[in-house]
Amino acid sequence: MADLGSNTKRAHELADAFRSPVARPPSAWQKGSDRAFKNIAYGFGVAVVCLLAGIVFEAMRHAHSAMSNYGLKFLTTSTWDANRAEFGVAPEIAGTLYTSLLALLIGGFLGVTVALVLSQGFVPRRLEIVMKNVIELLAAIPSVVYGLWGIFVLVPVVRGPAGFLNEHFGFLPFFSSRLSGPGILPASLVLSIMILPTITAISREAMAAVPKRLAAAAYGLGATRWEVIFRVTLPTATGGIFGALVLGFGRALGETMALAMLVGNANVFGWSLFSPGNTLAALLANHFPEAGTVEVGALMYAAVVLLVITLSVNALGSFIMLRTTRELKGLG
Amino acid sequence: MIPGTRLATAFVALLGLAALSIGCGKKDAAASENTAAPAAPAPAAAGPVTLQGSGASFPAPLYSRWFREFGDKHPDIRVNYQSTGSGAGIKAFIAGQTDFGASDAAMTDDEIKQAKDNVILLPMTAGNIVLAYNLEGVTDLKLSRDAYAGIFLGQIKKWDDAKIAASNPGVKLPKLDISVVHRSDGSGTTFVFTQHLAAISEKWKAGPGVGKSVEWPAGVGGAKNDGVAAQIHQTPGAIGYIEYAFAASTKQPSALLENKAGKFVAPSLKSSATALAAVELPADMRAWVTDPAGDESYPIVTYTWILAKKKYDDKAKSAALKSMLKWSLTDGQKLSEGLYYVALPEPVATKVLAAVDTIE
Repeated sequence: MADLGSNTKRAHELADAFRSPVARPPSAWQKGSDRAFKNIAYGFGVAVVCLLAGIVFEAMRHAHSAMSNYGLKFLTTSTWDANRAEFGVAPEIAGTLYTSLLALLIGGFLGVTVALVLSQGFVPRRLEIVMKNVIELLAAIPSVVYGLWGIFVLVPVVRGPAGFLNEHFGFLPFFSSRLSGPGILPASLVLSIMILPTITAISREAMAAVPKRLAAAAYGLGATRWEVIFRVTLPTATGGIFGALVLGFGRALGETMALAMLVGNANVFGWSLFSPGNTLAALLANHFPEAGTVEVGALMYAAVVLLVITLSVNALGSFIMLRTTRELKGLG
Repeated sequence: MIPGTRLATAFVALLGLAALSIGCGKKDAAASENTAAPAAPAPAAAGPVTLQGSGASFPAPLYSRWFREFGDKHPDIRVNYQSTGSGAGIKAFIAGQTDFGASDAAMTDDEIKQAKDNVILLPMTAGNIVLAYNLEGVTDLKLSRDAYAGIFLGQIKKWDDAKIAASNPGVKLPKLDISVVHRSDGSGTTFVFTQHLAAISEKWKAGPGVGKSVEWPAGVGGAKNDGVAAQIHQTPGAIGYIEYAFAASTKQPSALLENKAGKFVAPSLKSSATALAAVELPADMRAWVTDPAGDESYPIVTYTWILAKKKYDDKAKSAALKSMLKWSLTDGQKLSEGLYYVALPEPVATKVLAAVDTIE
């Protein structure tokens, strides 16, 4: 009798256990934890937005006096002299855009090509995964290491060809000076390697996201592999690739340490690839530690300029990506 | 849809923000640490006394050696020194975040006023700045005052310039472009070097002037002493100013410079000590050796200072600081040579020791 009683009890427990998650209304604890999770997630989301706003606000607050002192002249003059309190970032703005564009040109071409190889079945699947991970590992190398590598490996390597180009093609503005060591070219080359993983990863995703039926249809019409890639896959993925390039560009604009070590830190701008230059981020890194109050204001102004450039580039990138994904929706 | 792209974007954004927040967090931690240090004398009195200091990076290797050896001998005193750069060291000292500061550029009158005059400047050691160069086959390059001022002004552009050749008879100078290397970051080394250039060249004084960073008329910038040294080492035809220790330890040749007496002097600890001895230390001990006299004086030499308060609220702290400073000025001086610093001349050390005694 006692045996039977315990058996029924067990049966009830078992039934409860099977029934409970679905049939029972959520307990107070479940409700509470759900709500707490939602609120925490919401809070973090808001905190991130607040953080960005806080950074912008703080930079603006410190830059305020410099902004009213130097005004727009700050953007067009090219002296950086803390002793005379004369500040201008024209060469830095130009240098930032020049090195980033060059890096985009080189890194973009390389990155998209690699993405193509990795997404269109040119290499065996296993090798594809290995290569993809190796390229993404490039993003894990510290900036300082890139800088040192640039100084000790890259600069000596490019010195020979740079001298040759200067001697024989010196009439072109791009080759019109001698490479003394650090300069625009080594800086841009290192930058292009640094943005390679960003560009490769995102444009590979974009290419892989092109619906297979598009390619299949093209093959069905008798297109060759090259025709499919250049007429179907790439055009369809254009938006995503462009977004990848914009993100890479944004990363290049803000890169600091490697550039501070390689760009030459000279307050001049020239079209020559071999002349030293400067970038906004490098300027900030170099001058902050020892800056006095007035110079800090000017540096903050420079930081705001960099922030505006970077934010607008990123906003543009997100906008383009948003539009492309919307266009693709109908095809999926 | 491209979910991966969105994810990647979000990830990149998150990483950026994470990095930023870590940066902010660090600052906060440092700030709270600093405010906590002076606010906790009660528990410190029982345990070892901790002295916080920060500032100049130029004497940092010597200072850390001093403080380590001193700490071994006095287990009840702990000295923390952070090499943050002279400017930052002065700022932290004025703000009361540290017990002592260190600076290659001493303190300006304005900064002393900001510290409510409760500061005493103590020369602790000295160093010299050399012009290291990279010219194959040229070992004892002699540079006249006109020559090296001209090079840094960007007026002398080739190594076979007549102004360089004039003081180097018999030396075959290459027909190479001179690439000037200077510091890209603000630095006490730059301050001392530009101060010397301003003392010997009117054009420099009227042009770039004196400062921790100036508007360089020529050349490329390298970060820190090691950055400049690396660039000189890498670039044929390069010349740049670095601290003696960096040139001596890397065996990079450095130029013999013409001094005030018109003699060419090689940088060495001896020629620098001679130069220091030529300058009388004033009462406030801010002696600038901008252009020392004497046949054997090396022209670019500088003291580097520790900034201490005239009066400390905490008796244990002032006693600890005084014993640390006294040890550094006596036994500590013997360590300087091995690390390529110039030991203080005898009369200077005596004067500084007397000043240390006035600290309350």
